[in-house]
Amino acid sequence: MTAGHESPDPLARARGITRRFGAFVAVDDVDLHVGAGEVVGLLGANGAGKTTLIRMLLGLLRPSAGEATLFGTPPSRQTRRRLGYVPQNLGLYDDLTPSENLEFARAAFGHVGERHPVDVPRGAEAPVGRLPLGVQRRLAFQEALDHRPDLLVLDEPTSGVAPLARARLWETIHAAADRGVGVLVTTHYMDEAAECDRLVVMAAGRVVAAGTMAGIVGDTTVIQVDSEDWADAFAAIEAAGLRAALIGRSLRVPGAARREVEEALGDLQAQVSETTATLEERFFELTIAAHSR
Amino acid sequence: MTWGARDLAVRFGSRIALDGVSLEAPAGQVTAVVGGDGAGKTTLLRCLAGVLAVDRGEVRWPGATRTGYLASTSGTYPDLTVDENLDFTAAAYGVPAGVAHERGAEYLERTGLASVRTRLVGDLSGGMRQKLGVLRALLHHPDLLVLDEPTTGIDPVSRVDLWWLIARAAAAGAAVVLATTYLDEAERATRLLALDEGRALAEGSVDDIIGSMPGALRVRATPPADGDTRARAWRRGTRWRVWYPGSGSAAPSGDERLEPDLQDAVTVIALNREIQGARTPERTS
Repeated sequence: MTAGHESPDPLARARGITRRFGAFVAVDDVDLHVGAGEVVGLLGANGAGKTTLIRMLLGLLRPSAGEATLFGTPPSRQTRRRLGYVPQNLGLYDDLTPSENLEFARAAFGHVGERHPVDVPRGAEAPVGRLPLGVQRRLAFQEALDHRPDLLVLDEPTSGVAPLARARLWETIHAAADRGVGVLVTTHYMDEAAECDRLVVMAAGRVVAAGTMAGIVGDTTVIQVDSEDWADAFAAIEAAGLRAALIGRSLRVPGAARREVEEALGDLQAQVSETTATLEERFFELTIAAHSR
Repeated sequence: MTWGARDLAVRFGSRIALDGVSLEAPAGQVTAVVGGDGAGKTTLLRCLAGVLAVDRGEVRWPGATRTGYLASTSGTYPDLTVDENLDFTAAAYGVPAGVAHERGAEYLERTGLASVRTRLVGDLSGGMRQKLGVLRALLHHPDLLVLDEPTTGIDPVSRVDLWWLIARAAAAGAAVVLATTYLDEAERATRLLALDEGRALAEGSVDDIIGSMPGALRVRATPPADGDTRARAWRRGTRWRVWYPGSGSAAPSGDERLEPDLQDAVTVIALNREIQGARTPERTS
């Protein structure tokens, strides 16, 4: 294990970081840190600034203001060696076999010393492009972990993966964190967000919420409508200018007050209740609020 | 009216893409087909939408003019504007221009596309393109709406709009079938079919699927040491879940009993199949 684990300094840190493209502020005064052994989820709609922030953390893009540090120093070629990155398109070479892909990555990272055996299923020595996506994803993880990085950056890591395989991939991520690796995950899915120790929510270039999932949802509530005939209830809520979301056979009306919903339903037979919002509902509310500021 | 498929089998050369899969898609309900890449979701949806012939089994659909289909690859013309895309769809399905404009205007307004009507679709964001793709599939108010991974790669804000379109179509009486790789998303549907390697893992409402989970679940703070038990364990968040095929009486007394949710149930059913598969000889195809 590296000194990064014992050090009180976070593995990755952004302080007051800002990036402008002309008049457009893509990232606006953001603070973020990832400590050793921590799995941090970065959530945000497209255009919220996640990719720009990560590019600055990785040293691929210069901040307009503020600073980014990796392992206590500005990002550089040296710090990049201590980093594992799995982009959403996996970044593998389709025409190379799994072992050739790993060899190539080892050469690129100047990896010497202990090597992990290549863990690919038998008969999988075909070009990567012809292997099932689940196998490709495992390989990309292995490649990212192969040089024993101190920080992992994962972009929607289990996209396109079946539930059991997803659970297994998350075991690999948690196992790395248990060894002291810091993990930064970007995702659009609440299943993945639920696996993170801590979440950072971005909207319109700013951090609009941070903390645990329960902390971010807080005491935000949503009106839920249960009715024998949800379609009639849906039409009534719509007619009142409110917006209903369908979950199973229930309708949820984010941002509406109980009275508004009850008035909209009128004489319709329906049960109206107030329940805790989901992370997704809270996320939506935060994003809309950030854009209307 | 219930659309759907019974006992479908589809082969591509020697590869079995679907093997005895059935699906019910009742009018006015949303049915989700969930599974990883290669599970057979796209093949099933193409059969339902009438664009792929089956080797065995029966497809019940309302015919091409009463079906709306969004393929996973592309559902829009990038070189046409938003309005032109809609006009083209309306003409293809014989929707009168006046009706198409009225419907189109409302949908575009509600899904945040009204300000980009004259823009080329190729210049729009992925989320906007996908909303337009769904809009094209439902503009003629089909009886059966088949959407292949409409929300994959789409951020949660655009997803709200997409789900509004889906709910709106179902409320108007359409049978909606959609594919997704995420269980949290599938949970929004009334009915679910979980696919794995071309076969059904589970089908029914969320409660049906949870109820069909065999055995019992326990949770604990650390992974089980014993290899056999470890193979039946997986981590979720900070704790470990362990599945016992029987009543769970073999579990250590400190392990807490757990009522499964949908994710647990589907994971267990897949795990059970994996363990069974390891015991029985490989199927020959």
